Amino acid sequence: MALDKPYQDIPGTTIFDAEQSRKGYHLNQFCMSLMKAENRERFKANQRAYLDEWPMSEDQKQAVLSMDLNRAMALGGNIYFLAKIGATHGLSFQQMAGSMTGLSEEAYRDMMIKGGRSVQGNRYIGEDGDAQAQHQPQGASRGKAGA
Amino acid sequence: MARITASVYTSHVPAIGAALDHGKRDEPYWKPVFQGYEFSKQWLRDNRPDVIFLVYNDHATAFSLDMIPTFAIGTASSFVPADEGFGRRPVPVVQGHPELASHIAQSVIQQDFDLTIVNKMEVDHGLTVPLSLMCGQQDPVQGAWPCPVIPFAVNVVQYPVPSGRRCFMLGQAIAKAVASFDEDLKVQIWGTGGMSHQLQGPRAGLINKEFDNAFLDKLIADPAAAAAIPHIDYVREAGSEGIELVMWLIARGAMADITGGKPPTVRHRFYHVPASNTAVGHLILENS
Repeated sequence: MALDKPYQDIPGTTIFDAEQSRKGYHLNQFCMSLMKAENRERFKANQRAYLDEWPMSEDQKQAVLSMDLNRAMALGGNIYFLAKIGATHGLSFQQMAGSMTGLSEEAYRDMMIKGGRSVQGNRYIGEDGDAQAQHQPQGASRGKAGA
Repeated sequence: MARITASVYTSHVPAIGAALDHGKRDEPYWKPVFQGYEFSKQWLRDNRPDVIFLVYNDHATAFSLDMIPTFAIGTASSFVPADEGFGRRPVPVVQGHPELASHIAQSVIQQDFDLTIVNKMEVDHGLTVPLSLMCGQQDPVQGAWPCPVIPFAVNVVQYPVPSGRRCFMLGQAIAKAVASFDEDLKVQIWGTGGMSHQLQGPRAGLINKEFDNAFLDKLIADPAAAAAIPHIDYVREAGSEGIELVMWLIARGAMADITGGKPPTVRHRFYHVPASNTAVGHLILENS
C-alpha cells in the first residue's frame, strides 16, 4: 500500500521524507563533513576532487558545483544539510533561500521586509500565486518532490 | 518537589544569533526584534529558574542522517555549542542537569514515550539562540547562562515528524516527571522554533501572519485545539519549516491547566516579521 503523502500538492515545496532521505544520503553526509574547518578548506581548494571522495551521483555533484539548490533538493538534499555548503561559501541562509525563488537577492530581501511571500494562491498546485511553476523562471520541472 | 513555574515560547532563527554575535543588535533591521525581548530579559532576571528544560530541534548538527531520533533528551553535564559550518557561536558552554534529566527520561519512558538518551552532544542555534534572546549576549568565557539547561531535541527535519497531538501529550508526561523529582526546583519549559517560514524551493519566504496569530491565540486559550492541527496544515499554511511549531505544544502541554490547574497568566506576547526568512513569535506564560 502506498504511503500517505498529503503534501505533494503544495507548489514550490519539497518535503524531506524517508524517500528523499534515502536518495540524498551521501549528498547530505557530504554536507555534514563541512562542519569541520579543515574539510571546508579542502573543499574550497578543489571542489570537484573533494566531491569525488563521496559516492554521490554525477547529477548531485553538478548541483553542488553550480549551487543549484532546487536541483540538489530534488535529488534528495535537505536544506539544513545544504546550508553547510552555503556557510562554506560565506552565504547567509537568506541568500540561499532566495536563490531558489528566481528572485534577485535584493528582491527577496525586500519581499521579506514587506512581510514575506503571501500564502494566497500558493496553497495548492494549480492556483495562481507567485510560487507556482507558471510564474517561476525555473519553470514547471522544478519545485515538486522527485521532479 | 520540583515544579514547572512558567513556559516560554520563541523562534530560534540563526540570523538572530549572528546579528548578536556581530554587534548588529542596534541596526534598524534588528532593533525591533531585540526590543521584543527587553521585557523578557528582565522577567527572566526576576523569575530565575533553577533549571530550563529547552525543547528545540537539531538542524543537522548533532544528528546527521546516521541517526534520527524523534525525541532525544540530553543527560550530559555540559553541552558545547557546535560549529555549524561558520565556526562556533561565541557563547558560553551550556551546563546540563544530569540528575533531573535522567529522572525525566526514566519517568517519561515509563509513561510510554520512547526517548533517546544522549550522554554526549553538541548543541546548535536551535538551543543557543533562545538563550541569547532571553539572557542577552554572554561572554563565552567570562559569562554564563543563568542556570543549568536540559536540551530536548525533536526531529522536525525528516518527515514524518511527531504530531502536535503527541507533542502535547509528551508535555503532560514531562510535567508529571518533573513533579515527581524530590528536590525543590523551579523549572521552566521552553518551546522553540517557528513561526511561519519556508526556507526551500520556489515557495521560500512564505509568511502567514493570520495563521501565526491565530496559533498564538489558540495556544493560550484553547491548547487542545492547537494540538489538533494536522501536519499538512502547518506545511500548507505556515511553510515547510513552520512545522517546528509542534515543539511549542510540548511546552504548552506541561502547563498546569492541562491537568486540571488554573489557566496560565500571559506575561508577554510579541510578534514581528521578518528575521531573515522567518516570522518571530514569542510568548511567556506563567503558572498561577
